[in-house]
Amino acid sequence: MVADNFTSRTGQKIEEAGPGAQDLRSSRRFWRIKSFARNRSAAIAAAFLAIVILAAVFAPLISPHGPDEADNLARYAAIGTKGYILGTDQQGRDLLARLLYGGRVSLLVGVVPTVLAGAIGLGLGMIAGFLRGIVDQVIMRCLDIVFAFPMVLLAIAIAGAMRPGVLTEIIAITIILIPYFARLARTETQSIAPMPFVEAARAAGGSSGVIMARYILPNVFGPIVVYATTLMGLMIVVGSGLSFLGLGVQPPTADWGAMVAEGRVILRRAPHVTVLPGLVILAVSLAFNFLGDGIRDALDPRTIGR
Amino acid sequence: MTPDAEIALAVSDLRTRFGGDRSGATVVDGVSFSLKRGRTTALVGESGSGKSATALSLLRLIDAPGRIIGGEIRLGGENLLSLDETEMEAVRGAKIGMIFQDPLTSLNPALTIGKQIAEVLLAHKDVSRAEAEARAVELLTHVGVANAALRVNDYPHHFSGGMRQRVLIAMAISCSPQIIIADEPTTALDVTIQAKILRLLHDLQQEMRASLLLITHDLGVVAAMADEVLVMYAGRIVERADVDTLFHAPQHPYTKALLACVTDIGGDRSVPLEPILGTAPDLKQQQVGCRFAPRCPAVQDFCRREDPCLMALSDRQEVACLVVQRERNLMAPADA
Repeated sequence: MVADNFTSRTGQKIEEAGPGAQDLRSSRRFWRIKSFARNRSAAIAAAFLAIVILAAVFAPLISPHGPDEADNLARYAAIGTKGYILGTDQQGRDLLARLLYGGRVSLLVGVVPTVLAGAIGLGLGMIAGFLRGIVDQVIMRCLDIVFAFPMVLLAIAIAGAMRPGVLTEIIAITIILIPYFARLARTETQSIAPMPFVEAARAAGGSSGVIMARYILPNVFGPIVVYATTLMGLMIVVGSGLSFLGLGVQPPTADWGAMVAEGRVILRRAPHVTVLPGLVILAVSLAFNFLGDGIRDALDPRTIGR
Repeated sequence: MTPDAEIALAVSDLRTRFGGDRSGATVVDGVSFSLKRGRTTALVGESGSGKSATALSLLRLIDAPGRIIGGEIRLGGENLLSLDETEMEAVRGAKIGMIFQDPLTSLNPALTIGKQIAEVLLAHKDVSRAEAEARAVELLTHVGVANAALRVNDYPHHFSGGMRQRVLIAMAISCSPQIIIADEPTTALDVTIQAKILRLLHDLQQEMRASLLLITHDLGVVAAMADEVLVMYAGRIVERADVDTLFHAPQHPYTKALLACVTDIGGDRSVPLEPILGTAPDLKQQQVGCRFAPRCPAVQDFCRREDPCLMALSDRQEVACLVVQRERNLMAPADA
């Protein structure tokens, strides 16, 4: 972080020197990375998420206990207890271990459907917004059907129709998210399509495919990424809800939302059992939001060099 | 100028409508002209006279529900209006290059300059991306962008208005089109830059032996750049003449009125400028007679009944004014 800060300060000086110092700007790509690092909150968020993701991935290696390993003699252990740094729950299971393993499910459910739905929704929304007319009507009316149901209710219905499990959760959440992304992508596309530069691209012989890929997509991508990152935290919670209803991962497998749910009955006696996973969800959601802002700034060429 | 200069593009009876069939307006109504190789033709007229619509029609870029309802655009033996969309894409940018009015918004903010120029080359030529980007550097250097090898990696917002217009010019000439259409290329620029851009356009056009269709409302630009001038009013060409004839012996009352609106720096400033009274006709209404009749100082009764068409006064001048035509005892051609 310190090193980042230092180089970014030097970078600032070069940028401020204005167009005369162009020869110092060796590569725009370099500045893209620089501007990202300069956005300190995004950098911290990215580092935090990297740690969380690595910890979840390597949970079997770093976890002091198994996630389902119950120690009846150490139930309700408080934070800081010897051998159980973050304490234990009502069954004497190590909370650190459960948080580490739970992260595997929660991150998967938070990230994968959002990315999938983002990609599908972006494609559908761009096609609808660009081609307009009957194609637009067909795509958007179909998505409106999905949109008409309350988000979580529909996820429950979809997940309920399939065998409970992580895959079910991912599919259900992906489906409910597609219309949200498609709407945003369509609106953005419709605001970009009438721009003079699109007409100029056409006048230069660009086909519809080229115009969508090179002129519309790069301008729509940023808002979609930001929206995706704001949804990731929320989807962790939705995934937890599905698990809580027995439609997602099954006990005793941990996920953060399920941990909150399990802990609520002993909230007075051992608040840390609920509060810890809650804080983790909060921190991860916030980190995704900050990361999203940073990515948007890095993607938007207009903010480079500011 | 030799009247028999090689014709690069011939437009006849072009008609373009904006809006629906019943509520729309025919904004280009029977326009015919030709662009000659290596020559600059200026298309002048006030706002809404159909200049830009004519230019967009040449590239078939009229957005639905607007459409071209008739006429012919001949380019090298082909009628552009009979091509399908894919064939038309091969014409745009490659055979006809277009430079737009507003350089600030005519470049994609999300792509570097080099990539945008490369896109045009990739669309038309069988080149690799690396070759196209290398060519972009040459083109930028050619249009006077300093440090082009570094500037290709910049985004449009790093460029000033004049520099962006140079980039757009580089894009327009990248495939060496025979026809360059410049739609008010200097309107959005400040005066000192205007002259530089016009000079650049002129030099490039000479060097490429291309035809330049320069759309403008600035008669100063016309005088400096054009070989031939088309004056447009309410969707029609009312006068065509070579530039000297137009400025020294304008015939159509509208052309005369336009010229009277121009200030002369050495002139007597106590004489007020003469605005053209009235407003241009509403093209949504069916037009009868000469469209300039309601504003014309020389209007006669027959002007309101009969529709004038362009007739040659000499090999350097054509005019669509019944009064002028009658004075000279010109008979309407048999097919009119």
